[in-house]
Amino acid sequence: MHRDPLALRSFRVLTGAILIVWLVLPLVPLAIWSFARGWRFPDLLPREWSLKAWTYALSDTSGVLGSLGLTIFISVGATALSILVGVPAGRALGLYKFRGKQVVELMILAPVIVPGIAVALGIHSVFISLGLTNTVAGVMLVHLVPTLPYMVLVMAGIFANYDPAFEQQARSLGASPLQTLWHVTLPAILPGIIVGGLFAFLVSWSQYILTLLIGGGRVVTLPLLLFNFASSGRNDITGAIGMIYILPGILILLLTAKHLSGQNGAVGGFGKP
Amino acid sequence: MSDRMRIILLLAPAMLVIVVLFFGGLAVGLMRSFNYMPVIGLTQPNLDAYVAVFTSREFYYSFLLTFHISFTSTLISCVLAIGAALLLRRSFLGKSVLNFLFQLNLTVPHLVGAIGILYLFSQSGSFARLGYQWGLIAKPADFPALVFDPYAIGIILQYVWKEIPFIGVIVLANMQSIGTDYESVARSLGASRWQSFRHVLLPLIFPGVLSASVMVFAFTFGAYEIPAILGQNYPAALPVLAYRKYTDVDLAARPEAMAMAIVIAILSALLIWVYIRTSRRSIRG
Repeated sequence: MHRDPLALRSFRVLTGAILIVWLVLPLVPLAIWSFARGWRFPDLLPREWSLKAWTYALSDTSGVLGSLGLTIFISVGATALSILVGVPAGRALGLYKFRGKQVVELMILAPVIVPGIAVALGIHSVFISLGLTNTVAGVMLVHLVPTLPYMVLVMAGIFANYDPAFEQQARSLGASPLQTLWHVTLPAILPGIIVGGLFAFLVSWSQYILTLLIGGGRVVTLPLLLFNFASSGRNDITGAIGMIYILPGILILLLTAKHLSGQNGAVGGFGKP
Repeated sequence: MSDRMRIILLLAPAMLVIVVLFFGGLAVGLMRSFNYMPVIGLTQPNLDAYVAVFTSREFYYSFLLTFHISFTSTLISCVLAIGAALLLRRSFLGKSVLNFLFQLNLTVPHLVGAIGILYLFSQSGSFARLGYQWGLIAKPADFPALVFDPYAIGIILQYVWKEIPFIGVIVLANMQSIGTDYESVARSLGASRWQSFRHVLLPLIFPGVLSASVMVFAFTFGAYEIPAILGQNYPAALPVLAYRKYTDVDLAARPEAMAMAIVIAILSALLIWVYIRTSRRSIRG
């Protein structure tokens, strides 16, 4: 096969380079600001560097670490609930054909497309009467709306390639239902639970408006704190919190890079709009 | 236990969550938008909130602005994402870096991207500083308003930044499962590079592009924090306006906020309908 013309090949390298720069670019000023000590117009780089923003962000008084802990707690909780509720639903949708299946699929997937704010105002009205507004439990619960569909989606895919005959064999060999679940089912679907769980975690991690509305501003997760500092013009601290906030996503990506990269683009990484 | 019973039990918890929280939230929002709340003694539903919303100039400005944001961001993201996917399916210098950055970008929350865009494109931001150093502008105010601007350029830039990888990854997976055989045939039959893209590859990836676009459009139409950081005060994007109405000290504004939430929900329902119709057609082939 002949090689592509030089002009075309250089065009590819050039657009590739522009794309690479563009993808990193918005994160650069955030990173620089977190180490800057005043960075006035028109300086391209700060005149003085400092760890002040980081010292402040990591101190007990700033509340960043407490907020980080709270955000982890809410996201882990929402993820655990999603797994608990989503795995059985994924099994039903992946293994069985039944009447009304399309309707069920549509109902479970609807929250992926319908924006959170469209339902959150109504949920808020209900949560007021249940005493769930301004509480961590209420926020965790409302995070299920965006996380659950992704969990079910991943698990339905896993169960579509799963053979339940192994379970029957284990049972006929004398295993109890619990033993079958633990030694047969769980190991087979574990990769799906991990991918779906990480997905759900990241979806919960990035929630802003649901937390703001249901938490009523009292449940201050990291994105709320970040927003507050950004709108009050504390760019250095905003930079530091921003860096802390994107860390879990990067860690998860590095841990799963082997499984997600390469040909298997179908998994699509952690794609959400 | 019969299969039927088993299916019902397996689905029950998830359906409970979805029906109570999601559809319950929608239903309550709908009731409140009609001023119908028997719990607090409002038993006569009326259309006051909708009349207020649809006769207010601010709502139309907000709606048009939000539509412009969603449409423009989705269109630009799609075109650039297809280009990026075409690039990523062959080997070139820097491919693995680009691949990694695509994945990385998917994990970064929109809010972080919005703040990054603010620091890049504001009138005292990185590009304004660059303009000053190159003698293009004399003071920050000379730099064109790209954030808090009437055309929502900053908001669109943020969405384009975030959605190129999202659509790109879907399109790339699509292209890889299609393979290059069809295009090779077209090329060997004398089609030009452009013709084989336009008439062979593009129709094949179109369903994937469309479903990704639907998700992007709906998301950008209902997102709050990005226009709240990068948008101008008036008119504000519809979700920002709805949130403001909902948290207004005047409780009478709440049904109006609910009515706006219902408008957003109806628009996304329309998008779901488009999505289903096209995905059915693509299965039929």
